[in-house]
Amino acid sequence: MERMSSVVRTITKVAFGPIFIFGAYIILHGHLTPGGGFQGGALIASVMALYFVAFGDERWKKKLMSTLESIGLLTFASAGFLGLTAGFFFFNFLAGSKIPFFNEQIPSMEGFVHPNWAPLFSAGTVSVMNIAVGLEVVVGITLVVVAMGLFSFAGKEGE
Amino acid sequence: MMDAYDTFINNAPALAVAIPLIFAFSTPLVSKLGDRVRNIFALLGVLIPSLIIFLLAFDVLSSGGMETRYYVFGSDSSTRFPLVGGHILRIAFAVDGMSVFMGLLISVVALSAVIYSMAYIRRYSGLDKYYSLLLLVFTANLGMVLTGDIFNLFVWFEISSVSLSALTAFKANRGESFEGAAKYLIYASVAGLFFLIAIGLLYGQYGHLNIKFLSSAIGGNEEMMMVDKIALGLLVTVFALKAGSVPMHMATPDAYGEAPAPITAMFVTASQASLYAIFRTGFTLYGSNLTVTGETLHILGYILVALGILSMFVGVTMALVQKDIKRLMAYHAISQTGYMLLGVGVGLAVLDTAQFAEYGRTAMTGGIFHIFNHALYKGLLFLTAGAIIYRTGTKDLNKMGGLGRDMKLTALFFIIGALAIAGIPPMNGFASKLLIYESVFKFNPIVGAIAMLVSLLTLASFVKVFYAVFMGPRRSEFKGGEVPASMLTGMAILGGVILVFSVFPSLVVTSLVDPAVNALTYIEGETTRSLTLFTGSGSWNTLVFLGAVMVAGIIGLLLFMMGNKGTVPKGEGRKPYLFGNPTEIEGRPIVVPASNVYWGFTTALSKYYKPTEKAHSALFNDYMFWFVATAALLISIFAFLEVLT
Repeated sequence: MERMSSVVRTITKVAFGPIFIFGAYIILHGHLTPGGGFQGGALIASVMALYFVAFGDERWKKKLMSTLESIGLLTFASAGFLGLTAGFFFFNFLAGSKIPFFNEQIPSMEGFVHPNWAPLFSAGTVSVMNIAVGLEVVVGITLVVVAMGLFSFAGKEGE
Repeated sequence: MMDAYDTFINNAPALAVAIPLIFAFSTPLVSKLGDRVRNIFALLGVLIPSLIIFLLAFDVLSSGGMETRYYVFGSDSSTRFPLVGGHILRIAFAVDGMSVFMGLLISVVALSAVIYSMAYIRRYSGLDKYYSLLLLVFTANLGMVLTGDIFNLFVWFEISSVSLSALTAFKANRGESFEGAAKYLIYASVAGLFFLIAIGLLYGQYGHLNIKFLSSAIGGNEEMMMVDKIALGLLVTVFALKAGSVPMHMATPDAYGEAPAPITAMFVTASQASLYAIFRTGFTLYGSNLTVTGETLHILGYILVALGILSMFVGVTMALVQKDIKRLMAYHAISQTGYMLLGVGVGLAVLDTAQFAEYGRTAMTGGIFHIFNHALYKGLLFLTAGAIIYRTGTKDLNKMGGLGRDMKLTALFFIIGALAIAGIPPMNGFASKLLIYESVFKFNPIVGAIAMLVSLLTLASFVKVFYAVFMGPRRSEFKGGEVPASMLTGMAILGGVILVFSVFPSLVVTSLVDPAVNALTYIEGETTRSLTLFTGSGSWNTLVFLGAVMVAGIIGLLLFMMGNKGTVPKGEGRKPYLFGNPTEIEGRPIVVPASNVYWGFTTALSKYYKPTEKAHSALFNDYMFWFVATAALLISIFAFLEVLT
């Protein structure tokens, strides 16, 4: 792949950080605000694809990405499986438990000052699954977009 | 120990879907350890869920199969269906006799497909994805038959469609693979969207996605609402499309023909799972209160009968003229689907009337028994087709020949499958078709006669395949003899189950099919355990039949031995006599190519064949037209038929 013009590269450098952070925000707040793993993952994937296309970087690690994809999917399924330790598949064993991982209790209704107000590190396995889906979507969509880019470049070389 | 087992059985519906899912996602990681490890891993990914399904089936069937077991995800037993504002929040699996019946069928076919794949697909790259997707298809099919939530059904439907179309394009060096995959993908995705519209209509009206709650909400009305009827029309069209029913069958031969052979076997189970979804829609979703929905279900029954007759006849006549071995078998899959639609359609058309006990139940038993038989013999036939393609490298029947001399076991498995699909006694296909013939004949004699005619044509087209592939002199270009052991093992599993089903059809009916029919209709039938299968007006016992054949054979042998040994002709007398035509031209024997075997038949029926072949245009726009037209027709029938009468 060729590098694109310096305008595109500069804008990519500027936009990369904010878009990435916004995507991560959407993933992590999946249980509180609209959005979640898929939406945030798609945001991050778009900025990853933008990076690879703008810089014509061919060092993107396909094998690593494949592995990350599997890990994302496995995390999701394992979160369901671990619910069996409490007796039921997909049981939210983290929420309100003693394991210090997304386990904060949501306060009672009187404490609400805003419809979406709740601690960030609550919701147990829901958050874990959001992160897993986010990872899977980032890697999956990046792979798809970069593969399409490679095919279109390969077509141009052949002419 | 008993507690652990009880916990296991209680969680079995979830485990049967979750374990292959975990295996599917881990396969790309495990593949880094080597090919052998990956193959064993993929085999375990099918074997463990199959064992779970087997134990679950044993447990469900031992309590009659009529009682539905619910497994609610993420909830404990005290809040099994937690209602929030009158709505259920959780996804539930509902397991009864029909679900485990389908689960067993899917497991058997998937097991043989994965074993068969090990040698068949060895020469290709990207195998980690292949096994990953194969396991996903397996999971999706199991999910479709176990789920009790209509949106969850949609999710499994989509997973199965997308994975299957990706696998269809697996042989990426061929453009045809991509064409078949793209057609199937778009067709199934558009169907999926129609499915989603139907779910949206029902959800908007009743606020439920759980099939049980939806069903009681629909049955709780004074009469059926327009929304229910439109949703019913959409659901039936969508599932009929994926099951491959005429006139929405066009993408089926494209995809079945191009997919690798084990994937085609998986396609068969996926289409059976959609048939299951049609029956669930009719009997469970709309069947909770027959005083409300009975009329509409009778209309649905007649529609299924019509779709069944069309599928049987168009499928088999199109199969007769094919020269691509896998397309030919794909058209037979369509044709056989017609038998199941016919059998269960007759049951539905007379549901809740006096005729149901007389012949409706027998028709349903035959139709549902045929689902299992079809998955077995059609899976086996596709696997033998794969073995033939593996050895010859071509799918064109005109270019094959003489394989019977080196591939004796493949030929044997082909004969088992071909006799079973044609419904020749004593095979299992005969037992289920006998149930259908006799009951459908009472429903309508003409339909019964068509069902028999289609069986004859099925036999005729498999005679053609056998002639073209296995007969004739040995050919030098097809070297290598029998296919590898793993492919033979895959075929032997299905062949063995077919033989067991053939010898003990009545035991299969009483222990597996009857609970399934009970679960669908909520009517417990009489079950008598015996080796004889009773069809209402007749009976069938394989052992008696085999005994009679043996006696006749012994008499024939005795007559043969009493004869004069000197009368065997010699020289010219040994040559075949072809109605006075020469058998050789310039020293080479005349071989009739497969395309010309039924020249007389197709020429005589050219008035039928010309428009039918024109309708199979391979244009995607035409495919879409048939689907949308069928959906519109079905919805109009459901919505307006009662208004007119």
